[in-house]
Amino acid sequence: MRAAEPPDEWVAALGGDGAHRDDAVARLHGALVRVARSELHRRHGQLNVSGPELDDLAHQAAADAMLAIMARLDQFRGESRFTTWAYKFVMFEVSAKVGRHFWRTPPISLSAEDWDRLPDRFGFDPAGASERRDFIRAVRRAVDEDLTEHQRRIFVLLVLDGVPLDALAEKLSTSRNAIYKVMFDARRKLRASLVADGYLDDGSVRRP
Amino acid sequence: MNGWSAFERFLRTDPSDVGCGGAMEVMDVYAELAVADRPAAERRYPGVAAHLRACDPCSEDLEGLMTVIRANGHGPGGI
Repeated sequence: MRAAEPPDEWVAALGGDGAHRDDAVARLHGALVRVARSELHRRHGQLNVSGPELDDLAHQAAADAMLAIMARLDQFRGESRFTTWAYKFVMFEVSAKVGRHFWRTPPISLSAEDWDRLPDRFGFDPAGASERRDFIRAVRRAVDEDLTEHQRRIFVLLVLDGVPLDALAEKLSTSRNAIYKVMFDARRKLRASLVADGYLDDGSVRRP
Repeated sequence: MNGWSAFERFLRTDPSDVGCGGAMEVMDVYAELAVADRPAAERRYPGVAAHLRACDPCSEDLEGLMTVIRANGHGPGGI
């Protein structure tokens, strides 16, 4: 089948059998590999791999995307082109592969909580020692007193250590959505705490 | 901008945020719409737009998908 045929023909072909199905699978797989390869090139700065290793990652992402697509074929509702829907799964798989790749050469040590990193994450002036100390003290107190142990752990890994969210999801064997939800609740609690303590004021900074 | 302002923005949450699951569910539809008219996509899916403002990984996936759509043309049957 030609790639430009209507989306229901893709679904029918992929869900069918025989040579027509084999042809559709082969054509779609080829397209998924091309998209995965170009996406990995686009994210080259997050990966630092090239050549055969990048190509291998592209094939892994395409193969996993293909499995996801075939398992969800009956969920395609035709609100987008079939190929756009299919390529979405390539993006998710590329993100997962990039997250997994992070742990091959993590750029920092995760063994110690280094709160001195916090001001730099948010653009504090390196020369403003007093302001940096106040900031660290206020945020650390809120983190220690207002977050659950799980929220605190996620905050430290994501914010202090700078672990990418997908890498953390991979490390903890959970989903991006689950980590995001934990941080969403943590951000809301921290903001309320810092507002109550007078550091933030309803969307604007009150002090220092 | 000072560090407190940046941190305050980081802490700000939007109750309409649909989360990663909600954004991933409609990302294909959102991406096609956004390639043609980004504000229209944001108006149609305000909860997804709120999420994308706060979630770097989902924004990265959307950017990748929009890049593919642009590269292949976004008219009917473009690929």
